[in-house]
Amino acid sequence: MAIQLHETPFDPAQQLAQFEASQPAGSVGATASFVGTMRNHNEGDSVEAMTLEHYPGMTEKQLEDVIEDARRQWDIIDALIVHRVGDILPGQPIVLTAVCSAHRAAAFDACRFLMEALKSRATFWKKETLAGGETRWVEKNTPGH
Amino acid sequence: MTIKVRFFASLREQQPEGLDQIEADGVQTVAQVWERATASALMPDNVLCSVNLEHRDRDEPVSDGDEVAFFPPVTGG
Repeated sequence: MAIQLHETPFDPAQQLAQFEASQPAGSVGATASFVGTMRNHNEGDSVEAMTLEHYPGMTEKQLEDVIEDARRQWDIIDALIVHRVGDILPGQPIVLTAVCSAHRAAAFDACRFLMEALKSRATFWKKETLAGGETRWVEKNTPGH
Repeated sequence: MTIKVRFFASLREQQPEGLDQIEADGVQTVAQVWERATASALMPDNVLCSVNLEHRDRDEPVSDGDEVAFFPPVTGG
């Protein structure tokens, strides 16, 4: 299991390839992944940039706890969470979650769980810069279901 | 006793004078840490709290050396 926080842009395809290559040969029958990217619009406004604040120490712990919770609920082989912090531009990846397992159901379900759990529990906060230069904190995440 | 206090995101901006450490004699709960650190500012209903990096309720007891944090709803992912 692994969690990573990146202060600069990351390549989800490269991260996923490394994750898959690190698994024991032949053990994995399914890998599910999710990539969240920054939109250039939110709540009807154009968004030019975003800053992601986090709580060093607690954020990492929350992400580790999320993966442990997934391990308890599904028979998974490994899981990965990669998340950006700092300054982000539209189109750049914000988050990657990936789960590998012997069969697809556990990979699909656990990957979805990682995303929903981290969005509700992990201590990140988004601050948007709008087209006119105004800044505002995002007050809540959109429902995932 | 001493409590380390942290504010994040919009709360940090709203509490520029917020104390990062308080002498907490007589302080027993997370809510009382807020009162001491903010000069009794009203705590918004949506404020979340943590003690030593774990989510906790406002009535959670605190002890000497604890790190207590206050932050708005999380918006990662």
